[in-house]
Amino acid sequence: MHTKTNILNLPTDEFLHKGTRACAGCCLAIAYRIGLKALGENTILVVPPSCLTVLQGLYPIASTNVPCLNVTFASTAPAASGILAALRAQKKEGIQVAAWAGDGGTSDIGLQSLSGACERQDDFIFFCYDNEGYMNTGVQRSGTTPKGTLTANTPILGKMEEKKDLPAIMSAHGLSYMATASAAYPLDLYDKIMHAKRFSGVKYIHIHTPCPPGWGFDPSLGVHVGRLAVESGFFDLYEIENFQFRFTGASKKILEKRHLVPVQDYLGLQGRFKGMDPEAISQVQQRIDSKWERYFSISDRE
Amino acid sequence: MEDSAGRQIVSHSEPGPGDGGITGSWRVLRPVINLDVCIPARQKKEACFICWLYCPDVAITRSVPPVIDYTYCKGCGICARECPAKAISMVEESAFTKGEPHAPD
Amino acid sequence: MHRIESGNTAAAMGVRLSRAQVIAAYPITPQTPLTEKLAEYIEAGDMQAEYIPVESEHSAMAVCIAAASAGARAFTATSANGLLYMHEQIHWAAGARLPVVMCVVNRGVGAPWTVWNDHQDSMSQRDTGWIQIYVNDHQQIIDTVIKAFCLAEETSIPVMVCYDGYLLSHTYMPFDMPDQDKADRFLKPFEPEYALDPKMPANLNTVTLPETRMNIHGIESPGYMEFRARLQEDFMGAIDSVARIETQFSRIFGRFCDPYVEKYRMEDADTVAVSIGSLSYQFRDVVDALRAGGSKVGCMGVRLYRPFPSRAVAEALGAARKVAVFEKALSYGYQGPLHTDILGALYASKDRPAVYGHILGLGGRKIRTPDLVDAMKKVLAKPVGSQVRDEPMEWIGLKL
Repeated sequence: MHTKTNILNLPTDEFLHKGTRACAGCCLAIAYRIGLKALGENTILVVPPSCLTVLQGLYPIASTNVPCLNVTFASTAPAASGILAALRAQKKEGIQVAAWAGDGGTSDIGLQSLSGACERQDDFIFFCYDNEGYMNTGVQRSGTTPKGTLTANTPILGKMEEKKDLPAIMSAHGLSYMATASAAYPLDLYDKIMHAKRFSGVKYIHIHTPCPPGWGFDPSLGVHVGRLAVESGFFDLYEIENFQFRFTGASKKILEKRHLVPVQDYLGLQGRFKGMDPEAISQVQQRIDSKWERYFSISDRE
Repeated sequence: MEDSAGRQIVSHSEPGPGDGGITGSWRVLRPVINLDVCIPARQKKEACFICWLYCPDVAITRSVPPVIDYTYCKGCGICARECPAKAISMVEESAFTKGEPHAPD
Repeated sequence: MHRIESGNTAAAMGVRLSRAQVIAAYPITPQTPLTEKLAEYIEAGDMQAEYIPVESEHSAMAVCIAAASAGARAFTATSANGLLYMHEQIHWAAGARLPVVMCVVNRGVGAPWTVWNDHQDSMSQRDTGWIQIYVNDHQQIIDTVIKAFCLAEETSIPVMVCYDGYLLSHTYMPFDMPDQDKADRFLKPFEPEYALDPKMPANLNTVTLPETRMNIHGIESPGYMEFRARLQEDFMGAIDSVARIETQFSRIFGRFCDPYVEKYRMEDADTVAVSIGSLSYQFRDVVDALRAGGSKVGCMGVRLYRPFPSRAVAEALGAARKVAVFEKALSYGYQGPLHTDILGALYASKDRPAVYGHILGLGGRKIRTPDLVDAMKKVLAKPVGSQVRDEPMEWIGLKL
C-alpha cells in the first residue's frame, strides 16, 4: 500500500508557469501541474503534438521548469527510450524520463511504438491524458472517444464505435505498474505517480482529463464533470501492481457502497452528447451496469 | 543552441511565465474571495487550499489567505465551483477594469 | 589491420571505431548484417553501446533523435522502405540540428516490392537537409562512416552514408581496418553544446512562429524561417568542412580521397561518364575499353551529393564536350536527379557540354559492362552541338 497525500502535505514547489495557452478551465493543466509536482525537478519530459505541446509553450518561451523534448506524433515512447539510452551511455544517473501524450498520440498513432517500448521494458513513466478526442486540432474523434459523441468529424450521427479500452490493452503488456486516474482527483493521481516511480520497466498512467470546449460544458465545471465520470462508473480509478488489480478512491467507494450515480447526470452536462436519445443513453447505462455487476461479483467471490 | 556567430540555430525555449501573454485579459468573470467566509482566512491558519489545488493556471497562492493573481487568472471559475465554503464569487470583469487588466498592487 | 570482409561488416567496424553510444535499428534487407554485427560487438563486450531493438524504422530514428538530444552519439541504418518509413523523422533530425549518422544500404523502393539495389531510396531524401555521401568500395565505407561522425558533430547536420545493397553490402573486399587509437585521435568524444538536462531546463523544437518573437530576456528571437535559413547556410558551409575533414583524416590515416568527385582518366577526356556508387568503378572498365579503341573518355563518381558540390562538378566537367549521366534513380515526371543537378552546375559555364541522361539498374536490373560500352559509343557518335531540347533519356537494360 502507498501513502495517501493530502492537500496540506502536497509539495508546494511549482514546475508549471502562469500564463500558459491552455484553455480556461483545462483539466489537463490541473493534471499536468500535479503530475509535475510528483515527478519533481530531476525529470526530462517527452511531448508529441497535442494540447500539451501548446501548453508547454511556443518558441521561445517554455512553460515548465523541467526540460522537454518535442517529438513527432508517433514517436513519444521510443523517444523516451532514446533519452534513457543516452543517459545510460553517459552514466548520468538519477534522472527520470516521463512521456505525456494525448489519447490520440497513445491509443491511435502512438500505440505501436508504445507497445514496443513496453516489450523492451524501458524504464519510464508514460502518461496518457485522455480528453477523448483530438482536441488540439479542433475536436476530431479518436479511438477513445465514447460512442455517441458529437465531434467535428462525427457532427451529426455521433461516433458509432465504442470507446477503446486503452488501459486494458496496456494491462496485457505485463507492466509492473499501471493505473487510471482523473484530473478531478489530483491527490489520487499524485500518489499513483509517486508509487509508480518505485517500479521498473514502462509504467503507464491513464488520466481522464475533461475538456470544456471539446466536451461542451462551462469551464468552471471540469472537476465536477470529472467526478461524475467516476461516480457514475463510466471511468474507473484503479491500479494494477504486479498483476494485482485494485480500485482506488471514488471507484473503490462504488465497490463498497454498491451505488452508481445515473450516467445521465454525467452525459447530460455535456454538449457533445446532446445527439444521444434516451435509448442510446440507456444502452450506456446498461453497459456500465453489467461492467460493475461483473466487478461486484468478482469482489464477492474474494 | 548557437552557431559561432552567436545566432540561435535550434528552436530552444527557456522557461518563463506568460507564453500566452497576459492571460488575465481572457476573463469575462473574475473570481473574488470573501475573506470572511474563506476557511484559511477565517481560521487564520493553513487549511483547505482547495482553490490552490485545482487552479489550472497556478494563479492562486497557497497562503493565508489565498491570493489570486489577476494578471494571469483566466476566470475559468473552477475555484469558485469547488470552494467548499462557497467563499469565491464570479463577478463581471467589466466592473473592475475599463481596458487591459494590470498586475495587482 | 588488413581485413577481407563484407561491406556491411566494414560499416559496422566503422561504427564501432567511432564509439557510437546509442544504436537503434529495425531489420530490413540488405541492411541486416550491419546491425547484426553491431549487436554481436555489443553482446561480446567489444563495443560499449546501447542497442535498442525498436519495432519500426520510424522509432529507430526517434531513438536516435532523442539520444542525440540527450547528448549521446547515435547511429542507425536502413534501406528502401525502411528509409521511407522514417521520412518525417529525417526531416526532423535535420531541422533539430542533430549529428545523427545513418548508413543507407541502397535498395529500390516499392511498389512493386524489390529487394535489389538502386538509388531511389536515398535520392528521394535529398531535400531533407541531411548531408549525403555515396561511397564506392569497402575502404570508403569504413573510412566515411568515421568521417561522418566528425562531419555531423562539427556542422550539427545529420549525415547519410550510402552504399549499394548487395553489390557492396554483401560482397567481400580487402581493406584496411584502422586502429582504435588512430580513430580516437581523429574523432573526439561527442560534446554537444546543449543536451537535455534538468539543471538547464529548455523546451526543444516546439511550435515556432512564422514571425520573430521576444524571448524571456526581451531579445528578438528567430521565427521558423530563420532556423531553416541557418540550416541552409551551415549546409553550404559543409562543402568546405568536408574537404577539411578529409585532410585531417589523411594526416592521421595516410589515405586521401577526393571528397567531392572521384575522377578516372579525365585529364584529356572530351566525353565523360558520370555516375554514383559502385557503378562509377564499373565504368573504369568501360573507360579502359574505349580508350584502348582510341576514344578520349573518362569517368567520374560523385561522392558528396548533398550539399551538391556544384563548383567541383563544373570544374571537373569543364573541358568535356559531352557528359553522359548514368543513374539508378529517377525524379518521375522529369529526369534523373543527378542529371538535373549537373545541368544546374553547368548552367553558368560559358562553353557548356551536352549532357545525356541514362537510367539503368532499377530494382537491381543487372548492369552489363558491354551495354555500358555500347551506350557510351552512342554518345560518342553524336555530333558535337547536336543536343536537342528535351533530349529523351536512354534506358539501359530494358528488355520488354
